[in-house]
Amino acid sequence: MQQHEPDPLSAAQLAAMRRSLTSGRGALTRRSLLRASGIGALTVGGLYGLSGCGIPPAKREGGNAAPSDDHSEQEKELNFSNWTEYMDVSDDEKTHPTLEEFKKRTGITVDYTEDINDNVEFFGKIRPQFAAGQDTGRDLIVVTDWLAARIIRLGWAQKLDPSHLPHAYANLIPQFRNPDWDPGRAYSYPWTGIDTVIAYNTKATDGKKVDSVTQMLDDPSLKGRVGFLTEMRDTVGMTLLDMGKDPATFTTADYDAAVGRLQKGVDKKQIRRFTGNDYTSDLDKGDLAACLAWAGDVIQLQAGNPDIQYAIPAAGYLTSSDNLLVPAKARHKTNAEKLIDFYYEPAIAAQLAAFISYVCPVDGVQEELAKIDPKLAENPLIVPDKAMARKAHAFRSLTSEEETSYEEKFAKLIGS
Amino acid sequence: MSATAAPPQAAAPAEPPAHKPSARKRLVPYWLLLPGILWLLVFFVLPMAYQASTSVQTGSLEEGFQVTWHFRTYWDALTEYYPQFLRSLLYAGTATALCLLLGYPLAYLIAFRAGRWRNLLLILVIAPFFTSFLIRTLAWKTILADGGPVVAALNTVGFLDVTSWLGLTEGDRVLATPLAVVCGLTYNFLPFMILPLYTSLERIDTRLHEAAQDLYARPATVFRKVTFPLSMPGVVAGTLLTFIPASGDYVNAELLGSADTRMIGNVIQSQYLRILDYPTAAALSFILMAVVLVMVTIYIRRAGTEDLV
Repeated sequence: MQQHEPDPLSAAQLAAMRRSLTSGRGALTRRSLLRASGIGALTVGGLYGLSGCGIPPAKREGGNAAPSDDHSEQEKELNFSNWTEYMDVSDDEKTHPTLEEFKKRTGITVDYTEDINDNVEFFGKIRPQFAAGQDTGRDLIVVTDWLAARIIRLGWAQKLDPSHLPHAYANLIPQFRNPDWDPGRAYSYPWTGIDTVIAYNTKATDGKKVDSVTQMLDDPSLKGRVGFLTEMRDTVGMTLLDMGKDPATFTTADYDAAVGRLQKGVDKKQIRRFTGNDYTSDLDKGDLAACLAWAGDVIQLQAGNPDIQYAIPAAGYLTSSDNLLVPAKARHKTNAEKLIDFYYEPAIAAQLAAFISYVCPVDGVQEELAKIDPKLAENPLIVPDKAMARKAHAFRSLTSEEETSYEEKFAKLIGS
Repeated sequence: MSATAAPPQAAAPAEPPAHKPSARKRLVPYWLLLPGILWLLVFFVLPMAYQASTSVQTGSLEEGFQVTWHFRTYWDALTEYYPQFLRSLLYAGTATALCLLLGYPLAYLIAFRAGRWRNLLLILVIAPFFTSFLIRTLAWKTILADGGPVVAALNTVGFLDVTSWLGLTEGDRVLATPLAVVCGLTYNFLPFMILPLYTSLERIDTRLHEAAQDLYARPATVFRKVTFPLSMPGVVAGTLLTFIPASGDYVNAELLGSADTRMIGNVIQSQYLRILDYPTAAALSFILMAVVLVMVTIYIRRAGTEDLV
């Protein structure tokens, strides 16, 4: 019992220390350490010590992670890491009703942690443990498409057992069934879908509708009050769509053209900022008149501010998902699969969707949702209708080299 | 062997029962040093060595990174990102100057004129630290909002026309401009300027002021010849405590700035977390450290206060 929950931080430090202390001839002995700490840190001795360091290959052999020792039978528990405000909460804000229900039904206690705030930061946090082949202490994580793709590509995710996932298999909506990075959903299941749309504040646009990226980039009345997202795929994907390119099949030349178009918007000061989640307050106040936005945020903003509107561009919109993954070395894989399946029962999915107002990836949720709140069941941003589904596009997965070079170009665009 | 090597070696004979009390006494300073040295070793020397090593590695996430003594990374990083370096130094320098201009009179007031309000004023200076850095910076987004009273007032008096002309602001707004970033930096680091200024001003013997007046010095002369020179340690400590963290800051540029105002901290963050180019990120960090170190050394030499700091 004692070994099973390593303190995540100390494990990362241990891994880093072990690497630098024990690797090869450059092992940092006490003497070489002391020498390096002397005046002039980069003396010959110090450099000699440094040559032993290095970052081991992230990729595991064989593509997918070997199944971990599954302790699900003996230990009725599950460590679930999720994003903030991504779970239903009871009226007294003390419990999560669906998780309580899950415990009642299966006897599994879920240790629910909201410790994911940002994909890139989360990756930075778990990378050392994954690379060192250690248990991250998590049985289930939720990450966005591109990071899920990377984690699967690096062999850090475990293949799921379809026999434990009857509801998930049957109820996943077609839109999410075959992403190019995980065909047939062998490793992952969506927790929610995320639609990227254009949002605008009618007070700031004087009632004008903003419904295309072209308008965002060229309409002089919006100058200095347009926002794009720091998520590369959302910003470039929407621009590609606007240029008539499909984000699922674009080429590097298309990518460069889209970035060039956005760069013009930066240069002529049309674009005010590239934002993360903090665009919501700017849009609410009207500092941003129009911006790319995530549909779930728009629904929540609309509840407090009737001036917030959204538009689905005629060229289409970008859709992605946040996905449940079982990391390598997880101790409770079967329990994790039970939980995934549980949230694919329409009644449970409806309970969650009513609370977090993101796209629900579960077929048959509409009837259940109508029982809770008929208005939500009619909202295409939660339950996409046929017209919406037709306009949805996904950003294709990138190779490791493409990812590096695209992110670099995008970083230049947003100023860093 | 350098001096740093002494403690562990000297510590070894302390293990067996001490022969003479004098020997034990001799070791006391080393025992007292031990926690600090261990701390520095684990949280300063090791990370620095690790980063130094990373900066000369090449590779990719998939294949891992190996030390290949690729020093070109430094040159590439410098030529690629020198605008952000210059911008960081410029913003941090401006913010430091503004902190000094705002902080000195306040510290002077608290030290000499505040009377029984002194403690209250000091607490007010420190009070912002009770909330998080992030929240304090976000608050400025509300204060400086485009439609807010502050921006409206600045527009009415024509202030923003001047700053616009100088290239510090953009049209009739403050947010997402260099001015907003510099203001944010100034606000966030002001207490680091005021506190050292206060401690060195407070130590000045007021009888020196009386003596200067007795020698027919006008108040301005008293300040120039007596007060200011004696407060130099505070000025130097304050400017360093403000300039060094401000030049590496990325929160203000991220939240209050735009694509044109990104500082070197933003570049390091994006290299490390987004592009996953750890060597470039490490090299940029070392270049920043080196630049700041050189500037600080020159500054301390010029200020002529090596013995005062």
